[in-house]
Amino acid sequence: MSECGCGVKGADTVAVVCKRYGGDKRYLVPILHDLQDELGYLSADVMETVAEQLSTTAAKVHGVATFYTLFYTKPHGKNIVRICDSPPCHLEGSSSIRKAITDAIGISPGETTEDGLFTFEVVSCMGLCGVAPAIMVNDDVYGNLKPDSIPSILSKYKDGE
Amino acid sequence: MAVFRAHVLVDTGATAVLKNAVAVKNALVEEIAKRGLDKEVKVLETGDLGARGAVPAMIVYPDGIIYGPVTVEDVPEIVEEHLLKGRQVKRLAYTGESAAVVDSAAAPRCNELRVVLRNVGQIDPTSIEEYIAVGGYEVLGKALSKLEPFDIVEEVKASMLRGRGGAGFPTGLKWEFTANAPGAPKYIVCNADEGEPGNFKDRLILEGDAHSVIEGMVIAGYAVGANHGYIYIRGEYHQSVSHTEKAIADARAMGLLGKDIFGSGFDFDIEVFKGAGAYICGEETALLESLEGRRGESRTKPPYPPSKGLMGAPTVINNVETLACVPQIVANGSKWYCGIGTGLSKGTKIFSPCGDVQYPGVYEVAFGTTLREIIYGMAGGIKDGHHFKAVLMGGPSGVLVGAGSLDLKLCAEELAPGAGALIVMDDTKCIVDLMTNIAQFFYHESCGQCAPCREGCKRILETFTRWTRGMGSVNDIKLLSELGETMSLTSKCGLGQFASVAFKSGLPLFEDEYLAHLKDGVCPAGVCPMDKVAERVG
Repeated sequence: MSECGCGVKGADTVAVVCKRYGGDKRYLVPILHDLQDELGYLSADVMETVAEQLSTTAAKVHGVATFYTLFYTKPHGKNIVRICDSPPCHLEGSSSIRKAITDAIGISPGETTEDGLFTFEVVSCMGLCGVAPAIMVNDDVYGNLKPDSIPSILSKYKDGE
Repeated sequence: MAVFRAHVLVDTGATAVLKNAVAVKNALVEEIAKRGLDKEVKVLETGDLGARGAVPAMIVYPDGIIYGPVTVEDVPEIVEEHLLKGRQVKRLAYTGESAAVVDSAAAPRCNELRVVLRNVGQIDPTSIEEYIAVGGYEVLGKALSKLEPFDIVEEVKASMLRGRGGAGFPTGLKWEFTANAPGAPKYIVCNADEGEPGNFKDRLILEGDAHSVIEGMVIAGYAVGANHGYIYIRGEYHQSVSHTEKAIADARAMGLLGKDIFGSGFDFDIEVFKGAGAYICGEETALLESLEGRRGESRTKPPYPPSKGLMGAPTVINNVETLACVPQIVANGSKWYCGIGTGLSKGTKIFSPCGDVQYPGVYEVAFGTTLREIIYGMAGGIKDGHHFKAVLMGGPSGVLVGAGSLDLKLCAEELAPGAGALIVMDDTKCIVDLMTNIAQFFYHESCGQCAPCREGCKRILETFTRWTRGMGSVNDIKLLSELGETMSLTSKCGLGQFASVAFKSGLPLFEDEYLAHLKDGVCPAGVCPMDKVAERVG
């Protein structure tokens, strides 16, 4: 995502998305959702352009983008592995699942693999307590996990699926 | 509508999907088409059928036979034997009790009483025709044409319906305040930001029967004089979002949302708003901030939302389950509703036992059901041959109870259920480890705007972490109690106010276990690392 002085990458997208919501800054959260879906993450330039489009400040947009855990202000891996460590998953052994993920892809929570394939995060409850311990890979849910189920789950995402 | 001789409803709820339900459903559709039965048999997706331990399950109507667990390989046999030849596949028939085959309130074969969840698992949640076929939107028509807004508010007040999101504020009063508040426009907001760990009931309602929530919202709008509603759904709940959006679009297409509903002159429309990952947005004023495009930081109260809510306008904020109760109350009357439950807690409540139980899941029961009935009678008791130790009621912000509370009734008089989570722990688990995990949760989720919560959550986490390493001091118990008291008195919102409730409530029950960590440097359950006992001071 390089900016080369020929304008902000994604500026057109920002304009289209902001227009979709009538340029109303009340819709900042859905606007950021849509932009992230299209651009992958919310760069400083994108946030600044959003601020211009909505007649607000870049600080306000940045403040919102960094408040919510589902928004990314930096590039992340192609696949996002989220593990829940709230009490129901914790009691059912999420720590051992966490370790199995680290063993499988070689990174700790908060990190991205060097090949850019995976970002690994510990998150709060995803409402999957009925099948604890649970993880999500992108939008896919996996539950009732044992440590040895992790390698085969993650390998599905290694083959460029 | 085409007439089918049989309907097969396949459970494609979150749990079932994990167990390959989508592939099973696809195989079923394919096999039915292969046999040329696709004009006779209709396959539908539905929510949890309540077939415990037999997921993925499907139910064949009109016979009402449940099969489960079903694999892709079992599908040809079911189609060949049951759907083609009319013979049950005994091998796959589910013989346990299931809520889905219970004739709603008439004769409950198990102790579930499905009022809110009556349609979940019974109808295709993506079909508005099916919702209408079971009487959906009928009461909305009655309300808009025959009842005055005031009558509806009075009926809801008389039903003694209380908020199902955990706080339990009387819904009718909230509506009355909003109806009487000066100013227009007014708003109805449905709080579907279900983030309290251990709760997953609202997900089930929206995935399995979103129309009941929409109908409740329109009735609420009519009752208080609001013409616009928002459903704020967690960003992580993809299926809830898609089912709700589909339901709204279908209702709009049929004129059940939009202008002049049922020719009554009343306008109401709903927008879905997707959250972005913030526990605090379940707090109603933080949710409003988020809806207005800002950081989800709670507001100073008063004023409360009924007088000054969304964009400063009078606003009703109700939980998903609360709103789903409304059509039933208006349809059957408050007298009927008050016939269910206990003196102070009327109606039914959805519980979600999880943790160390055999059959975690969602169960709807009348208020007054005991904790034991749910944990042992419905959730199958403690799994893996272990023994019961404790339940965290409602989630991390709830109270911790032990075996002495198992025979208490779940209702305002005896044991308040919170939002309905029952996080069950067996005797191999450590309370200090749980407390550390809870502290980690609140530390992560504190929005950071007020000092008592921001700093307090950090200190609580540091203290418990020391305990797990063997570096705790007996004096910490007193310090934590004082800190918790300060936080509950001075934090701006519920997050900080309730962050140490679990510790405080667990203290009389598990003090010995705390002291073993602090005095003896031992974790009795063998869960905590206790690797720094040597460096302990005091």
